[in-house]
Amino acid sequence: MRTARKPLTAAGLLWGVAILSAVLAGSILAGLSAGGGEGGLKSLLFPGEIDDHNARRILLEVRLPRVLLAALIGGALTVAGAVFQALLRNPLADPFVLGVSGGASIGSVLAVLAGLGGTGAGMAFGLDGRMVFAFMGALGALILIEKIATVDGSMSVYTLLLTGAIFNAFSGAMIYFLQSIASLVQLHDIVFSLMGHVPSTGYGTVGVLAIGIVGTVLFLFFHARDYNAMTLGEEGATQLGVDVEKIKRRTFVLGSLLTGLAVSVAGLVGFIGLVVPHMLRLILGPDHRMLIPCSFLGGASFLVLADLLARTIILPGELPVGVITALVGGPFFLYLLRTRRTGHEFR
Amino acid sequence: MSSAEGTGGIQVRNLQFSYGERPVLAGVDLSVGTGEIVGLLGPNGSGKSTLVKLLSGVLRPYGGSATLGGRELKDMAAREVARILAVVPQEPVFGFSFNALEVVLMGRHPHLAGLAFESDHDIARAKEALEKCGALEFAHRPVLELSAGERQRVVAARALAQEPEFLLLDEPSSFMDIRHQVELYDLIRSQADDEGTGVMAVLHDLNIAAEYCDRIYLLKEGRILASGPTTEVFTYANLKETFDTDVYVDVNALTGRMLVVPLSRKRKR
Repeated sequence: MRTARKPLTAAGLLWGVAILSAVLAGSILAGLSAGGGEGGLKSLLFPGEIDDHNARRILLEVRLPRVLLAALIGGALTVAGAVFQALLRNPLADPFVLGVSGGASIGSVLAVLAGLGGTGAGMAFGLDGRMVFAFMGALGALILIEKIATVDGSMSVYTLLLTGAIFNAFSGAMIYFLQSIASLVQLHDIVFSLMGHVPSTGYGTVGVLAIGIVGTVLFLFFHARDYNAMTLGEEGATQLGVDVEKIKRRTFVLGSLLTGLAVSVAGLVGFIGLVVPHMLRLILGPDHRMLIPCSFLGGASFLVLADLLARTIILPGELPVGVITALVGGPFFLYLLRTRRTGHEFR
Repeated sequence: MSSAEGTGGIQVRNLQFSYGERPVLAGVDLSVGTGEIVGLLGPNGSGKSTLVKLLSGVLRPYGGSATLGGRELKDMAAREVARILAVVPQEPVFGFSFNALEVVLMGRHPHLAGLAFESDHDIARAKEALEKCGALEFAHRPVLELSAGERQRVVAARALAQEPEFLLLDEPSSFMDIRHQVELYDLIRSQADDEGTGVMAVLHDLNIAAEYCDRIYLLKEGRILASGPTTEVFTYANLKETFDTDVYVDVNALTGRMLVVPLSRKRKR
C-alpha cells in the first residue's frame, strides 16, 4: 500500500496546487449551476440565448458571492486547522474542536448586540464589527485554552480536547443567554451564527474576506518549513534554527484571525479543519509546503460542495451548512480518536 | 588539545542556570575544541541535559558566559546556532507521517532560505548521512513506525546532515544494541578526526566513555567535580563521589583504556 514517497519538489507542489485548483474550480461551477429558483449556469454562459435578466442577477448577485464566500470560509478554517495541528503535533486540533470557534462566536454575537455588525448599521465597505470581535474572541479563547491545558510545561491531548469541549459548551450557553436579551432583529443574526450558515452577502464582504484570508494563508505558507520542523517538538525545532516563540505567536494570532473571519460571517461551521487536512496528508504526505496551500484549496472545495448540499437537499428550504459538516466531521473525529494510538504522535 | 584553549570551540565560563528557585548549574567551566570528543558524565539530575539545552539555545537566559566559535550564545539567533551546532537528543519527538529521509532533510533547515526546496545536493547529503548511520534501509518508512533504536539512528543522521562544527549528544545510544552503539561512536570518532567536529557527549556508559572520549567532565549537583583524560579522572574516589556507588576500576588489558565495573551494594564486605 505504501509506496516510497519522494522528497517534495517545487514541481510536485505545482502539480498538487494545480490539481486542487481544478477541483475547486469544478466545485465552484457545481455550486453556481445548482440551487433553488432560476439562474442556472446557462444564463451566464449563453446570455444571448436565454433572455432572462432575473436569472443572471440571481447568479451574479446572489449565488456567486455566496459560493465565493463558502470557498473563503472553508479554506480559512482548514488552514487554521492545519497550522494548529502542526503546532500541537495533533491531528485532532481543529478550530471548532479546540473551542476557538466558540470564542469567536461569543465575540461575534457581542458585536451584534452592541450594534456593530450584522444586518444593522456598522457595515462599512464590507468591513463588519463582528469580524474584529470574533477575532478577539478566538484569540482570547485560544490563549485561555492553551493556558488551562498546559500542566507543568507540557500539554496533554486529552486535557486539551476536554478543555475545548467544555469551552464549546460554555460558549453555547453564553450565546443562548445573549440571545435571550437580544432584540428580534438581532436574534435572526445570532441564530444563524450558532448553526453555521453561509449567507448571501454583497461583494464588499467577499472582498474584505478575500484580502484578509488569502493574505493570511500566504503568510502562513511562507512559514511552511518551520511547521515541518515544529513537528519535531519545540526543542527539536529550536535546535534546527526555528524561532519557536515567534512561530507560536504568529500561529496563535493568524489562526485566530482566520477562525474569527470565518465565524463572524458563517457562524459555527465545525470539523472542516479536521477532516480535510487529514485526507490531504494521506494523499499528499505531511509536508506543510504542500499541505498549507492544498488545505486552502481543498477546504474551499469542501465547503462549497457542503453548502451546495445544504441549500438543495431540502428544497425549497435550506439546511444550515454546519449541520452537514458536523454530520461528516463528528464520526470522523471519533474514528481518528479511536484508531490513532495514544503514543508519541499524540503528545 | 590546544584548540580547547582561547576563544575557538565551545567555551563555558562560570555558567549558571536555575529552574525558578532551584539552581541546576552552579558555575560550570568547560570547553570543547575542534576534533575532540568530550564526555559529560554524572548522576541523574546533575545538570547534564540542562547544559545541552543551554548550549543549543533551547534554554535562556543564563548567568556567566558561553561562547560558540568566539561568539556569545546569548547574542546568537537560533538559526545561527543551528548552522554550526547540531544536537542528538535523548528522547526525540516526531509528529505525523514524515518518513526517515524527510526527517533527515529537516537537518538542512538552517541552511535553506525561506520556502526553498531541498536541492539534489541536500538530498545527497541526507542519504549519505542515513547510510553512515546504517539507516538507509528504512529511509522511506514513517519514523513513528520505527523502533526506538532505529529512530535514534535517524536522528543521528539528521544531526550529520546539518553539517555542524559542533555536535552535542545526549545519551544518543540509550536504546541501541551494542553493535549499533559501536557503529555510532566509531562514526562520531571519525567525524571528529576527519571533519574536525567538536563533540560533547552526555554518556551513562563509563566504558564507552573510556573507549571514545579524549577528555571527561564529571558533573554533580551542577558543579564539575573532576575533569581531564579518563586515565586521570576515572579513579575509585572520583567515581564513588560522583555516583555514590562502589565501582571496580582497572586498566583494560587489551586496550589500555580504563575499565569500570559497578559493584552491587549487597556484595559489601
